[in-house]
Amino acid sequence: MTSFRLVGVISIVTLIRSFKMLMFFCLFLRGGLELLCDSVKIHNVDLEPENGEKQLTMKHLLSWVRTNLIKERPEMFMKGDSVRPGVLVLVNDCDWELSGQLDTTLEDKDVVVFISTLHGG
Amino acid sequence: MEGEAAAAKPKGRLCVICNQKRAALKRPKTLEQICRECFYAVFEEEIHRVIVDNQLFKPSERVAIGASGGKDSTVLAYVLSELNRRHNYGLDLFLLSVDEGITGYRDDSLETVKRNEIQYGLPLKVVSYKELYGWTMDEIVKLIGMKNNCTFCGVFRRQALDRGAALLKVDKLVTGHNADDIAETVLLNILRGDIARLSRCTSITTGEDGPIPRCKPFKYTYEKEIVMYAYFKKLDYFSTECIYSPNAYRGFAREFIKDLERIRPRAILDIIKSGEDFRISTSTKMPEQGNCERCGYISSQKWCKACVLLEGLNRGLPKLGIGRTRGANHETSKSIKQRNGTTDSIQSKQCGSLDF
Repeated sequence: MTSFRLVGVISIVTLIRSFKMLMFFCLFLRGGLELLCDSVKIHNVDLEPENGEKQLTMKHLLSWVRTNLIKERPEMFMKGDSVRPGVLVLVNDCDWELSGQLDTTLEDKDVVVFISTLHGG
Repeated sequence: MEGEAAAAKPKGRLCVICNQKRAALKRPKTLEQICRECFYAVFEEEIHRVIVDNQLFKPSERVAIGASGGKDSTVLAYVLSELNRRHNYGLDLFLLSVDEGITGYRDDSLETVKRNEIQYGLPLKVVSYKELYGWTMDEIVKLIGMKNNCTFCGVFRRQALDRGAALLKVDKLVTGHNADDIAETVLLNILRGDIARLSRCTSITTGEDGPIPRCKPFKYTYEKEIVMYAYFKKLDYFSTECIYSPNAYRGFAREFIKDLERIRPRAILDIIKSGEDFRISTSTKMPEQGNCERCGYISSQKWCKACVLLEGLNRGLPKLGIGRTRGANHETSKSIKQRNGTTDSIQSKQCGSLDF
């Protein structure tokens, strides 16, 4: 239902989305992190929550980003199962330290921003 | 926290300062959860307090902001011009940039600085390595390779900023060094055993005996807050790594600081405090600050580091002056002394043009 509001998604995709419970996220890579993804700053992605749940955690999103988005030097982005210290994360423009970091739950159409503080100055 | 507002907005915690708006970030310094507007206010007010308490400026001074186009200097230029207006500092502010001559890196970031010039209405002066030293970093790297080129760049940049500041006839130079940078430098100086720099690196103002004092208004400002401020205010900055060498040694210290910050954010201020409280026993022999015999720039050796490096470049001996500073400096000054007879044949860039 809410899927119809999405921009630029053709009807077949919409059908699959509602069928498979896909969630849509808008990810921004900033502060030099985009260099790890062929300099692409904005990524619109569809993800399927595990076990048919309605929400998904940042931990899940991060491992997805690492596998599917990061093209080079993943160590600049991740350390262990979290972001590398010095990479800031905002979920809907709110510091993820306020929402539980890796345990932050995401909802459909959330906007997640990753900003590296480690580049330049 | 369990008021009606919290119930209405289950996802948002309220700002601990205004208790009205949804908190947008957690301050590393205090762990407070605050909203955007309160963040702007405390961020700017803290910098204002640092400026006032440390008497960084006097009315009607001309002040150059060392501007790289990166996050720190962009936020510094924005906040300083804002505070200058708001609190009537009466300062004449300028942007000062150094063009190292690195294609694909500095030329792009200089575009950012040129936009900042228009956005903040601050006059911009660019000095280049090419005009000051006769070499661009691209040319230097072509000669010496990817190793050690940061030594050249660092030494040259320091002098270049001083010369640019002299050209602008400013009274002071401010740089965007933040708390994380300073904590990192404290650690590096301890690791290197460089007690002379260790005692200097935490001073908020340095070079007061020299021609152009430098100060760091962001000495107590966390990098996280600077980046958050730039993000929320949508400030236009450039971020990329230099295409030559990521300065591995500093990188280790940087990573360590960031790891510490994650465990205990106060650690950064604590390291700065330790650096400030560090005292050198009076019996320790410290290097004497003199002037370079060739260009007149402050130096504890016969020749300043930039002149030694330039000498090497121009003579085709680029390894000159590179390596461990301890001992290496004496050797190079010795070897220069021995070769003094040949100096006039060297096509060297005059670096004595700075009016001291």
